[in-house]
Amino acid sequence: MVDRIIKKLYTFTIFLFLYAPIIILIIFSFNNSKSRGTWDGFTLKWYVELFQDRQVLKAFYNTLLIAISSSIISTIIGTVAAIGIHYMNGFSKKAILNLNYLPVLNPDIVTAVSLMTLYRMLKIDFGLLTMLLSHITFCVPYVILSILPKLKQMNKHLPEAAMDLGATPMYALRKVVLPEIMPGIVTGALMAFTLSIDDFVISFFNTGHGVSNLSITIFSMARRGINPVINALSTLMFGAMMILLLIINKRTDKTIKERG
Amino acid sequence: MKLKKFTFPYIIWLTIFIVIPLFLVLLYAFTIGDSKDISTFQFSLNNLERFFSSPVYIQVLLRSVRLAFISTVICLLIGYPIAYIISRENPKKRNTMILMFVIPMWMNFLLRTYAWLTLLGRNGIINIIITKLGFQQINFLYNDNAVLLGMVYNFLPFMVLPIFSILTKMNINLIEAAEDLGADKTTTFKKVIFPLSLPGVMTGVSMVFIPAVSTFIISSLLGGNKSSLIGNLIEQQFMYTGDWHFGSTMSIILMVFILISMAVTSRFDKQKEGEGGGLW
Repeated sequence: MVDRIIKKLYTFTIFLFLYAPIIILIIFSFNNSKSRGTWDGFTLKWYVELFQDRQVLKAFYNTLLIAISSSIISTIIGTVAAIGIHYMNGFSKKAILNLNYLPVLNPDIVTAVSLMTLYRMLKIDFGLLTMLLSHITFCVPYVILSILPKLKQMNKHLPEAAMDLGATPMYALRKVVLPEIMPGIVTGALMAFTLSIDDFVISFFNTGHGVSNLSITIFSMARRGINPVINALSTLMFGAMMILLLIINKRTDKTIKERG
Repeated sequence: MKLKKFTFPYIIWLTIFIVIPLFLVLLYAFTIGDSKDISTFQFSLNNLERFFSSPVYIQVLLRSVRLAFISTVICLLIGYPIAYIISRENPKKRNTMILMFVIPMWMNFLLRTYAWLTLLGRNGIINIIITKLGFQQINFLYNDNAVLLGMVYNFLPFMVLPIFSILTKMNINLIEAAEDLGADKTTTFKKVIFPLSLPGVMTGVSMVFIPAVSTFIISSLLGGNKSSLIGNLIEQQFMYTGDWHFGSTMSIILMVFILISMAVTSRFDKQKEGEGGGLW
């Protein structure tokens, strides 16, 4: 009995710790005062101002643009590469897998500065393009790592059977292998999207003049105090994610029930 | 099927964007010259000497390692019990609870870290409560403890998730067998559950330690001017001072430090196997 109460209390404390800053952010997006210390009555004005704030909207647009395009491109590269890696063996497979782990295990800042030196050597102008290339580079390994286990689980006789029945290798790949590994591809794509949208370090080092995303905007505001408009935007984004989650949850619940 | 060939595009990508850049950092680290013009580069160990002969830089490095180490230990101490509690719930409740560790990551982490300023500031919410209760105002911010708090707050999920996933996959028969053979709860935990969960602990440790030792945002948001970490030094060299050579030297030193600490932890992790093993 006491045991259970202690467990409950412990769980509650941990979740309070995790969510306290988020609750604060949401509450202060409705705060009339601009300073972050004092509460000065309820207002929606930051939400109105948000839609007139060009700088913040542009940063939001860049964040989304980069996140969507880098997750699509890295999912394609990652899926193709994962299938290739799965059918490799021996030393070359090990070598590629280890190289693939480098961006995962290396600290962000080292990956970021190494890409920075590359672009300078190649004399590529820093901007959206360098940011996109960098995001793809650090997202692909995660996509590959989430697809490989699915390929391993797949019955290896499935594509062989399809080809025995007359499917061309490409057709077997499209109709048999891809559907089998689809859950891994979806996980990988979502992971890439989340990593990209939340990234700061890689973007910070690999962006050019005037091109900024939300994280960079927040970082540059931090010294002077963050404009509550950012709180409003984050609250909206957070809300959107929660709604999406609820919809997905309901749907999976429904399919589970339908399947009995 | 020649599906192996599918790897070619990625091999090219890896070479251009992972391998060559790391070699460039290595090149910068051991040369001096105009960082914009490769023809002026000259081999030199000056930067390495500059780092290791200066007590200031060494201090910053040791301090980064110390703070990262402490925050990893704290994450493990508070993360393991919660992972264990959640893993013992029924599947539905368990999934919801573990999802609650992921959801905070959907809010920008800079913003979440920044929100601690509102909570801990001189006139922050926690101080208001403390003074209302009749205690003296406490100065939480701009010191090592604030940086530690930021690290634990940001990286705790990285500790909980791998431990949780290994605990839920654990064969329940083993635990029951231990109990049937007369082991009490503490013995079962010490002799069966904890040793079996070690691979998850090791993953968690590296997933917390690596970002913690290399961060520069947490220290610059919560630590104030005095608390530079190695990440801050690297950032300064690349973004403000413009000495890419010295910045690269420090990046390499950081990488070597991480490799050493990973090698040390992986010695405890004999069960680790499979994909990507070997080098790491």
